[in-house]
Amino acid sequence: MTKLNSKIPEGQIHEKWANYKAHQNLVNPSNKRKIDIIIVGTGLAGASAAASLAEMGFKVKNFCYQDSPRRAHSIAAQGGINAAKNYQNDGDSIYRLFYDTIKGGDYRAREANVYRLAEVSNDIIDQSVAQGVPFAREYGGLLDNRSFGGAQVSRTFYARGQTGQQLLLGAYSALSRQIGLGNIEMYPRVEMMDVVVVDGRARGIVTRNLVTGKIESHFAHAVVLATGGYVNVYYLSTNAMGSNSSAAWKAHKKGAYFANPAYVQIHPTAIPVHGEFQSKLTLMSESLRNDGRIWVPKKKEDAEAIRQGTKKPNDIPDEDRDFYLERRYPAFGNLVPRDVASRAAKERTDHGFGIENNPTKEGVYLDFKYAIDRLGKGVIEARYGNLFQMYEKIVDQDPYQTPMKIFPALHYAMGGLWVDYELQSTIPGLFVAGEANFSDHGANRLGASALMQGLADGYFVLPYTIQNYLADQIGVARMKPSERPEFKEAEEAVKAHINKLMSVKGTESVDSIHRRLGLVMWNKVGMGRTEAGLKEAITEIKALRKEFWANVRIPGSADAMNVELEKANRLADFLELGELMAIDALHRNESCGGHLREEYQTPEGEALRDDNNFMYVGAWEYKGENTQPDLHKEELKYEAIEVKSRNYKTA
Amino acid sequence: MSSKNINITVKVWRQQDAKSKGIFESYPLSNISTDSSFLEMMDVLNEKLVTENQEPIAFDHDCREGICGMCSLFINGHAHGPDSLVTTCQLHMRKFNDGQTITIEPWRSGGFPVIKDLMVDRSAFDKIMQAGGFVSVNTGGVPDANAIPIAQADAEEAMDAAACIGCGACVATCKNSSAMLFVSAKVSQLALLPQGKIEAARRAKNMVAKMDELGFGNCSNTGACEVECPKGISLAHIARLNREFLCAKVKE
Repeated sequence: MTKLNSKIPEGQIHEKWANYKAHQNLVNPSNKRKIDIIIVGTGLAGASAAASLAEMGFKVKNFCYQDSPRRAHSIAAQGGINAAKNYQNDGDSIYRLFYDTIKGGDYRAREANVYRLAEVSNDIIDQSVAQGVPFAREYGGLLDNRSFGGAQVSRTFYARGQTGQQLLLGAYSALSRQIGLGNIEMYPRVEMMDVVVVDGRARGIVTRNLVTGKIESHFAHAVVLATGGYVNVYYLSTNAMGSNSSAAWKAHKKGAYFANPAYVQIHPTAIPVHGEFQSKLTLMSESLRNDGRIWVPKKKEDAEAIRQGTKKPNDIPDEDRDFYLERRYPAFGNLVPRDVASRAAKERTDHGFGIENNPTKEGVYLDFKYAIDRLGKGVIEARYGNLFQMYEKIVDQDPYQTPMKIFPALHYAMGGLWVDYELQSTIPGLFVAGEANFSDHGANRLGASALMQGLADGYFVLPYTIQNYLADQIGVARMKPSERPEFKEAEEAVKAHINKLMSVKGTESVDSIHRRLGLVMWNKVGMGRTEAGLKEAITEIKALRKEFWANVRIPGSADAMNVELEKANRLADFLELGELMAIDALHRNESCGGHLREEYQTPEGEALRDDNNFMYVGAWEYKGENTQPDLHKEELKYEAIEVKSRNYKTA
Repeated sequence: MSSKNINITVKVWRQQDAKSKGIFESYPLSNISTDSSFLEMMDVLNEKLVTENQEPIAFDHDCREGICGMCSLFINGHAHGPDSLVTTCQLHMRKFNDGQTITIEPWRSGGFPVIKDLMVDRSAFDKIMQAGGFVSVNTGGVPDANAIPIAQADAEEAMDAAACIGCGACVATCKNSSAMLFVSAKVSQLALLPQGKIEAARRAKNMVAKMDELGFGNCSNTGACEVECPKGISLAHIARLNREFLCAKVKE
């Protein structure tokens, strides 16, 4: 069994990154021109890495499946980005941001990575402001902050409810500048189909041009995957329709270990499901929990009456409302971390207190009445106006007048490809950044930390660590894919895979199978997991995969634009990844963060970790189709932090 | 919220690829929930086409929450359809009536050639951004974020402009296919902030030159773009762009 080497640098926690940078290898400017780097994805991690590496002098090729790099789904992040600036003088520090992130992740993240993340968080804010990102400001002209879940300080920077958009457009502007200068070749509407490994190192990728259907190969000295998360395996999620796991999964099949696939985040505040043709779930930012109070009726008959439409939420007097987060977690109240808030919502709806008239009665209220009474409508409108407008367009109800209806929805993947401290996967030369890697959030991510991690990886980590890898690669001449058997073989395999998909010629649409996979995942690998349910899920996913390969229908041809083929290719990978997620969830006989095994909880319904047996990263090695993968363990050592059970009840 | 089901006819532009000629095809659809989004209605139609072994209709979309700017569609003569301040993906079927015929076309502009059906090529927008839509700073070595105080009103106005999602509705709506609203939003955002002020004139000049080169038309101040913009980007930004552009010309 391979021993995972996380390559954590020597020294005290606060010295590690400085030590690394002081001793790493560098590539001199004239050699940088001779080195090619491929970056797949143009979200926060991909765009920031592409721009930064090109500015340094490397030749960069950047790929995205969308029509423009500015569309990447980072753009949809609403609430904000954390940094340890302590501009509010409320006791924040790098250590506290580090501590909150480790604790929020339920002690399942790697200490050294998280400390580095907190260290560079302040640089991200400086960088974004320098690019012209219009963060919210106070009247005195300085930057404003808001609070987010899992923290008792205000450290979140924001640009209305569009922080992801503004940060992404900042990174996109830096990327655009480098494209204009000729330092980056940009390939929009091109999807990565496989990684090419030459002599044990990642040396390029095979792609499909989504407009022409053409299969092509691209060489690079190093490859970066910044391809986002995989929660569209649940079909319904807050991710974009095109968000997919294929790049990561193909890399996994080529030798990159997949870490903690069972750790996914179910965000507590999305708009509830409304119908069978629903295509996606819309998030309502966590920032709303600053001013909104979450409740369900105390009496079941009231919940029933609301579902039937005979009572309105405003008919329920305060004394008959159960503000269950404030009741259960007095110290953090409505600002408990996401996993805790989601589980609490499920607990209430499981007991029959849900307020939405959908088949599963899934829904709770997020009420702004109290904040409007206290602050006035104007203040609430200034803070959340665009979110309220979005809600009204979708639900056709005015959240200033009647409470918002919300329910947890799949939102983010903490799991991802295993990487070491340098963000390098188990394939040398293959780096993984942003949501696509597993590294910083443990078993649960805190709000406003995804933007921080994506940009930390791209602006301030990869530009150093990739150089360290490339320093002894300067003698490697650029390869011509047409002359290398490894590239040809990979291309042929991709073509064969596509032909296999096209030749099924069955009767079921891709989406109809994907919806069914999503239901299995939501019901059995979702918010509450059991041994029996997970075993059933594995059997059902296997059967569905068989059905897919026997009966999927893809009209049109592979040699032209074919959206159904794109979706089928992604679903084929989800049908394998979904099984690995269930396997991982089944092996982890504990509850931690977003992973709740119903067998392992306290009498009050809090998650029960088993630190003696499960304080490790579970990294899975692919062993072939329909073969049980191998588990590799990276033990987690906590030296700077005392491991405790998570407590949000008292301060 | 009163949900009901309606029957509609969808008249869609079908075009095999950039070189082929396109035609309108009509498809009847029954039992569409008024609570579904417009694109969910399109999903239902595509599902039906796949079941009938026909090629589904190609259209761009991704985030489905009105922020990525990928969706487009000219619906009954309006970019992003009949509702105001929404993208097509946020449009809901409750805005349509039982028995209605809904005509769906791609963006029509020389700057945005059709790729297939309702999907167009908007890479011209990226090229304009590459010509100057940035502040020329590299990663690292920048001042502390609070070292540059910015008046709240300026930051807010910059944010109003920065809200542009680059969807192209302004171009599709303009009788001259002008990209002035798009360009002005970026020029204005950065000109309002001290970080961007330094190269404001140069930026305006380069972005306008690229826009002209790519075949977008001139602005004749009809204001149609502002009306159809899903993010409510104001015409006032075009005035600021003109000011910056003139500055650049005077300096020459």
